[in-house]
Amino acid sequence: MQYAPQLYAAALRLTRNPSDAEDLVQETFLKAYRGFGGFEEGSNLRAWLYRILTNNYINTYRSKQRRPDETDLADVEDLYLYRRLDNLEQAMASRSAEDQLLDLFTDDEVKAALEELPDNFRLPVLLADVEGFSYKEMADMLGLPIGTVMSRLHRGRKAMHKRLYEFAMERGLVERGTPTTADTPS
Amino acid sequence: MADCNETLRELQTYLDGELPDDMKYVIDDHLLECTDCMQAFDFHAELKLVIATKCKTDAMPASLFGRIEACFGIEADEFVVDGLDSVDPDLPA
Repeated sequence: MQYAPQLYAAALRLTRNPSDAEDLVQETFLKAYRGFGGFEEGSNLRAWLYRILTNNYINTYRSKQRRPDETDLADVEDLYLYRRLDNLEQAMASRSAEDQLLDLFTDDEVKAALEELPDNFRLPVLLADVEGFSYKEMADMLGLPIGTVMSRLHRGRKAMHKRLYEFAMERGLVERGTPTTADTPS
Repeated sequence: MADCNETLRELQTYLDGELPDDMKYVIDDHLLECTDCMQAFDFHAELKLVIATKCKTDAMPASLFGRIEACFGIEADEFVVDGLDSVDPDLPA
């Protein structure tokens, strides 16, 4: 039960709908309760709950949304956001980088940037960057080889960063232009 | 010692704490020597924190607690916190 609020937030990122998210969390606990005999004592209860949530989402909600299973993502160059925010960082140099980033994007924009990723990429990004699971834990949860999880995580993450940059541009926070490369590693 | 290209190639895996030790030490050394790569690393470490923070701000509806408790037919707190040994998996839901 202590995990319910974080499972709910994760369910929202997946279903993108409060009503489906509630159902998904309730089903997760129901399945966890029914399957509790299969839980190995000493193993990670939180990871086990996320595994049930993830699988339930994949099996039930993903098909409901009728999205293509293997939606692909365009490749985004490394350091996309970093290189483009360089000017802005210098303009706000008196503040810590973390505060700048906290204020640069709204909660809703960060959530939207994640939620817009195709499932195959959204799941690893959610599980790694929001929930803090390891590559191995994600591979077990998703039933995928570690290399596949890793490559989807890295590509999904870069696509999400690119979307964040677009949000910042739409709000006029960042001027459209060529990235500054003078101070970035080549 | 790693160069900038190698460091950037491994940056995401390094950031995730998933590089094998030998590779990790090589990148550690480079970051200490190279301000540009260190800045890129800092930025991404901070961005990761900000994303995690901002994706966890949803308040769970109070009614959902009730729905979850109803699944268990027991005190739900007991289930997760203290009840690991005492829960009978065959109990009716």
